Amino acid sequence: MREVFNRRLYGYIDVTLLAAIFVLSSIGLLMIYSATYDPTLEDAGPQVFRQFWALVLGSLGLVVLLMFDYRTLLNHSVFLYMGLVSLLIYTLFFGVERGGAQRWIDFGFINLQVSEFARVVLALTLAAFYSDQRRENRSFLDWLLGALIVSIPFVLIVREPDLGTAITLLPVAIIIMVFSGLRLKFLMSLCLVGILLTPLAWTYALEDYQKVRIASFVDPEQDPHGAGYQQIQARITVGSGGLEGKGFLEGTQNQYNFLPVAHNDFIFSVLAEEQGFLGVLVVLGLYLFVIMRSLEAARLAKDRQGMLLVVGIVGGFVFQVIYNVTMSAGLAPVKGLTLPLMSYGGSSIIATLMGFGLILNVRMRRFTN
Amino acid sequence: MNKGTFSTDRRSVSRLLRGFNVGVVLVFCFLIFSFWRFQVGQHAHFLEMAENNHQRTVNLRSPRGVVFDRDGQVLIDNRYSLNISLIREQVGDLSAVLELLADVTTVDVGTLREVVESNSHIPGYRSLVLIRDASLEQVAGVSARALELPGVFVEQIPTRYYPNNNTASHLFGYLGEVTSAQLNQLTDGRLRSGSVIGQAGLELFYNRPLMGIDGTRKVAVNSIGREIETIDEVAPTEGQPLQLTLDLDLQRAAEEIFESGGYSGAAVVLDPTSGEVLALSSMPSYDPNDFALGVDEQTWKNLNGNSLKPLQNRALQGRYSPGSTFKIVMAAAALDEQIIDPEFTVNCGGGGNFYGRFFGCHARHGTVNLYEALEQSCNTYFYKLGTMVDVDTINRWASAFGLGESSGLDLPHEVIGLVPSRAWKREVKGEPWYPGETISVAIGQGAVAVTPMSLAIMISTVANGGERVTPYLFKRKTKGSDSTIIGRQTLDAIREGLWMVVNRNGTGGRSRIQGYDIIGKTGTAQVISLEGRELIDGSDEEYRDHGLFVFAAPLDSPRIAGVVVAEHAEHGYIAAEMARHILEVFFAKEEGRPIPNLQSPVLPAENALEMPSVVAEGQ
Repeated sequence: MREVFNRRLYGYIDVTLLAAIFVLSSIGLLMIYSATYDPTLEDAGPQVFRQFWALVLGSLGLVVLLMFDYRTLLNHSVFLYMGLVSLLIYTLFFGVERGGAQRWIDFGFINLQVSEFARVVLALTLAAFYSDQRRENRSFLDWLLGALIVSIPFVLIVREPDLGTAITLLPVAIIIMVFSGLRLKFLMSLCLVGILLTPLAWTYALEDYQKVRIASFVDPEQDPHGAGYQQIQARITVGSGGLEGKGFLEGTQNQYNFLPVAHNDFIFSVLAEEQGFLGVLVVLGLYLFVIMRSLEAARLAKDRQGMLLVVGIVGGFVFQVIYNVTMSAGLAPVKGLTLPLMSYGGSSIIATLMGFGLILNVRMRRFTN
Repeated sequence: MNKGTFSTDRRSVSRLLRGFNVGVVLVFCFLIFSFWRFQVGQHAHFLEMAENNHQRTVNLRSPRGVVFDRDGQVLIDNRYSLNISLIREQVGDLSAVLELLADVTTVDVGTLREVVESNSHIPGYRSLVLIRDASLEQVAGVSARALELPGVFVEQIPTRYYPNNNTASHLFGYLGEVTSAQLNQLTDGRLRSGSVIGQAGLELFYNRPLMGIDGTRKVAVNSIGREIETIDEVAPTEGQPLQLTLDLDLQRAAEEIFESGGYSGAAVVLDPTSGEVLALSSMPSYDPNDFALGVDEQTWKNLNGNSLKPLQNRALQGRYSPGSTFKIVMAAAALDEQIIDPEFTVNCGGGGNFYGRFFGCHARHGTVNLYEALEQSCNTYFYKLGTMVDVDTINRWASAFGLGESSGLDLPHEVIGLVPSRAWKREVKGEPWYPGETISVAIGQGAVAVTPMSLAIMISTVANGGERVTPYLFKRKTKGSDSTIIGRQTLDAIREGLWMVVNRNGTGGRSRIQGYDIIGKTGTAQVISLEGRELIDGSDEEYRDHGLFVFAAPLDSPRIAGVVVAEHAEHGYIAAEMARHILEVFFAKEEGRPIPNLQSPVLPAENALEMPSVVAEGQ
């Protein structure tokens, strides 16, 4: 615990990465303001304030996580994992239901979406699990156990139901496994089996609304007012933005509610419409910077577990960013998947900031033993 | 934790990291390329789609020009009517909404359904009028339940308003939605499907200036179609106002005289020197307000199916035998062609034999000269003239007076009258003209059929010193010629005779007003003439003669001239009595006296038609 007050240590904090994160979340806040702006009331929605306080809470969480050596956290990751699973089970039974899904736990002052923290906890757990020295001769059992570790929270989250969030666990696990020595060939063959099993999954595992979403992605024009509607509107929103955008609060697709849940899943479309291609370039540039800079932390990590922890968190982050941005342009099926740092969502922003807290933590302690 | 081996596989880790990096950069490049393609490459396409999404253009109908009479009294105005409309796209449960709407507006739900079904071709985002000209109670009902009636709203539409209802209805005409044929034919850029234009009368003739320019309002709507704000608005431009030559008081008088006796017919009153139309009535009439919002089927059926043809403008479209009023033409022809002089006498023994056939007169007038023949309306005298004046000469003189010719009035759908000639008979009947036919023509019977308007022009020409006038309501089509068509002496002789008709013991005595030198000529038109038969399609009662009276006053400086044609009034003196009221109103107005009421109802002659109850209540 003496480290907590080690001033020299704090000198190694990656301030540039922090700045980029701060800028992105500020842009996100502005976009939420615009997306929830009601021209008839001439005011934005209450989401802006909630997001602001979530950012404050998340920053606090980030600072708290910096104070502990990540290795301490890794050593206790089993408890974190068990805590996660318990809370997910609790959610299934006593969670708050909204829009047909039971994803939240009511803590009185805040509704917490536990699944959003699953990525970070999973990254910690798997990084700890694969941190031993047996890198060159991993047995099949190692991969099977890893798969088990990821599948428990995965299944629990799918049951909420929240397929979108559950899927974000997979890149975290896969990246960590690959960096732990999982052969890419093996991964490929796994993918192949997965593809072969798709018809089975289609019949037994997917809910009807999920089928409709995928079907509408294949041919969105087929049903312009049904499931394909959001996708068409997303393309119109992005495309009509042009090079320079329509201006802040001037996006017609956004302001007249042609884009559903604009402040949440489609925040990037709002940016594209109002700030244009130039705004898209700036923000994508920032995201790319954040990703590269985080991967830099993995390269600099003192030990394997630190490296695994970072690539796990970055893996989940990259997947979310790429999927959400692709979806924002109407190029991917609509999933309830947020854009980390920018989308509205308290749990999402807090979990994301805490994840970056761990990345900064690993980089900061690259010289400590 | 063991970190020993970590350094050994650092190489493979940094290779993986590099791969990860490259992969991310590639994917980001793909994303940037995709956004470039949508936002820059296909920007125009998506921008248009975005605008189609949220912009709606609403047509703002322009009010038509207001029409005034010569004193500035409003004849045709505009009002705002309230329509209850529906936007199908915004209605959830259509049948529930229609049922509730039917309930609050006390309209049959079946009617509403029918409107929606018959307009199913209209796009769902366009508004559809369910209830035209809704009452305030209906609008209040809809407003009170607005939350339960999604997609139902109240529209304000400027609507043509005729404050005097049936007054001058034929002159004003009526409105109607532009037909597809008219859309193809008319070159007016303001017309589009659904535009309302004049379909008859003044509204049609002056449609161009009267019709304003519709405005448009571009509104932004949100995803559920609610109007959020106005993006752009081009206000509608009201049509040009018109001030007519018409005198509303005189027009009323020209209609009252028919209403009081229950007659059908027409009256035209002109300023004989300028041709200004002071009144133009046709009875029975209709209420053009019924057409302002689109005429409903029942009203249209009633108007068209009515045997009295209320939609016909008898003043311009009715062809009547002029009867004895035609004697003015005969006298002018005989005098001006110097076939006779005014002192030429004929002995009337109640008729005479011409070309081997007896033609009767309504009395035994004895020896009469031209003045007396006009005064007494002696047929025998004019039969004699008929043997002396060629039919083609009669035709030429009738045409010079405007009979059988277009009046030039600024109203559409005028019917041209007929004055027979040799050429006409050869062409139409393929037969030569028989001299005996001229005898009938000489007293305005036979094939002669003219419009009341042309008779008004004839008497104006006599009154104003021989100038054929072109009547007009707003603008003179052509400037009247300054040249007179008739010699001064001829004219004086005819005027003398016409003065005696009213002021001596003539047939038009009922139009006499002491102190005013009124001239006139009665006419009684047999309706069972060849041409008349074609105008009538009905029972025996409808074969009763028409009464006509042409008049002008005062003799020295004529300021009013006109005609009254009262259908089935038996004799011209009834028409003369009716004309008297018009003259009284005219002079009262001129002298600033209060406008007199119709003193006593002008009753039809014996065996008259049944009178409407209005007359029974009259004073």
